[in-house]
Amino acid sequence: MLDFFGKKKKYATIPGEQQKLDVPEGLMMKCSGCHKIFYRKEMKKQLYVCPNCGHHHPLGAWERIASLFDEGSFTEWDKDLQSANPLNFPDYEEKLEKDRKKTDLNEAVVTGKGSIEGHPTAFAVMDARFRMASMGSVVGEKIARAIEQAKEEGIPFIVFAASGGARMQEGMLSLMQMTKTSMAIKRFSDAGGLMISVMTYPTTGGVSASFASLGDYNFAEPGALIGFAGRRIIEQTIREKLPKDFQTAEFMLKHGHLDQVINRHDMKKTLCLLLAFHAKGGVQA
Amino acid sequence: MKQILEFEKPIVNLKQKIAELKEITKDSDMDLSEEIQTLENRLSLLEDDIYGNLRPWDKVLMARHQERPTTLDYVPHIFEDFIEFHGDRLYGDDPAIVAGLAYYKGQPVTIVGHQRGKDTKDNIHRNFGMPHPEGYRKALRHMQQADKFGRPIICFIDTKGAYPGKAAEERGQSEAIARNLMEMSGFKVPIICIVIGEGGSGGALALGVGDELIMLENSTYSVISPEGAAALLWKDSGRAQEAAETMKITAVDLKELGIVDRIIPELKGGAHRSIQEQAVRIDGVLEKALSGLAGLDADTLLERRWQKYKQIGAYRETQIAGD
Repeated sequence: MLDFFGKKKKYATIPGEQQKLDVPEGLMMKCSGCHKIFYRKEMKKQLYVCPNCGHHHPLGAWERIASLFDEGSFTEWDKDLQSANPLNFPDYEEKLEKDRKKTDLNEAVVTGKGSIEGHPTAFAVMDARFRMASMGSVVGEKIARAIEQAKEEGIPFIVFAASGGARMQEGMLSLMQMTKTSMAIKRFSDAGGLMISVMTYPTTGGVSASFASLGDYNFAEPGALIGFAGRRIIEQTIREKLPKDFQTAEFMLKHGHLDQVINRHDMKKTLCLLLAFHAKGGVQA
Repeated sequence: MKQILEFEKPIVNLKQKIAELKEITKDSDMDLSEEIQTLENRLSLLEDDIYGNLRPWDKVLMARHQERPTTLDYVPHIFEDFIEFHGDRLYGDDPAIVAGLAYYKGQPVTIVGHQRGKDTKDNIHRNFGMPHPEGYRKALRHMQQADKFGRPIICFIDTKGAYPGKAAEERGQSEAIARNLMEMSGFKVPIICIVIGEGGSGGALALGVGDELIMLENSTYSVISPEGAAALLWKDSGRAQEAAETMKITAVDLKELGIVDRIIPELKGGAHRSIQEQAVRIDGVLEKALSGLAGLDADTLLERRWQKYKQIGAYRETQIAGD
């Protein structure tokens, strides 16, 4: 994975703070890992994995879907589901509207069905640009419906989790989505369904404490933040500084909570292998 | 001195006045019985008024009351022959969760519940009722046994939340909670969850998946503490009272949202006025809830449970113009 180091000269880098200001907005992109600057187009081609240091930047839901599923193979489910404002929370609707415009998504998760190298699979891909992909009624409902549909069709379910946790503006309705999604997984699992969870930056709070941790296989992208409680709250509670790698994918792997940490460039290959392993179903005569 | 909550001050003042008058009559020939009677009538009305109209924030204070009865306070008054068991068989025993067996009206049941401490020393031992993963895994082990042996499960919810600590994260706080949600979804025995104090987010929910969710009148159940909500949403934890109103965290509000099935009325002045009398009220509602589930076969029970959670949520499903 680190052989990107050798290639770095291929990409234009612009050193110095002064010059950076002259770069047209959006044309260039600075890596949040090594702070080197790259053409956005080139970064996009690399699925926003830094060619220099391997840092994984957030990936939009549709870009992720396009990177994994066979071209033209996917259909979206429940795209018209939109959040209501059940608690009449001030400014909530405005914030939703803003994020809808910003992301061109109706909510923080895209669900549907597609095939990976010919393996039909149901999916839920979360997009952290939308309200930090916090889980409200719509996120919970869409994921639960996708799992039920996967059960109905007898196909695997893959989730790409990314979430700041529960959607505060929906109060207890958001907490109950943890139960709804976990219960859907139980039903799916009992029916013999294969579920794969891939945790991406960040998978925290109520999402990490529900469906994201319940895969038959749990993976994560390098450097992904994964945990239940927030770092600041833990530091305040235990009154000590936490190590830098605390709650990273690598930390979770070390502590036995993940099956593997998978580079984004290897994701399709790994998922494909795993899907093939399960394609024949369970015990053979 | 007993803990006096802010909203109770007018009651306490009036009680003091009555006591003073009584003191005066004791030492003199003055007859103040009429005045005392008037004040006592007024006290009764005042108590009705104050305790009958608690604001959400008042209920937060009530739920956090120092003397608020805990799981182990109620258990001997509702159940018989309770035996507590320890350990998750993986790492350790978490005193923030208690679990064991008891009889409920002659029927064996499994009891699991959060356990706060009664004083500072006890609270340190119990980690203020904030569990680590081993607590949830202990609870899971007991619930799995209940499922195996066909015993109903009674969960008492009373926690500020799962403990936000380093070791808890290392040992998989998220996974422990998630696992409970998933497994509780599939137990083929009735599960009754009763919120007796604070229901703090995922840490409460991990004992909170069942066929009936019941709340004590002055308990709360929330996705985040009012202080946390205020800090997060308005960057001002001082607006906790306002957050308590907005977030809909009381039993009444949650029943309206379709999350809570039943509310157990509390004694005037709160559950801590008499553990025994409050236990009678819990018992009455618990009996009704359990008898409503008695005789349901496993498939019906699980389908009913799925339907219950499936319908929770608020959303619109409409074609969006220009889409």
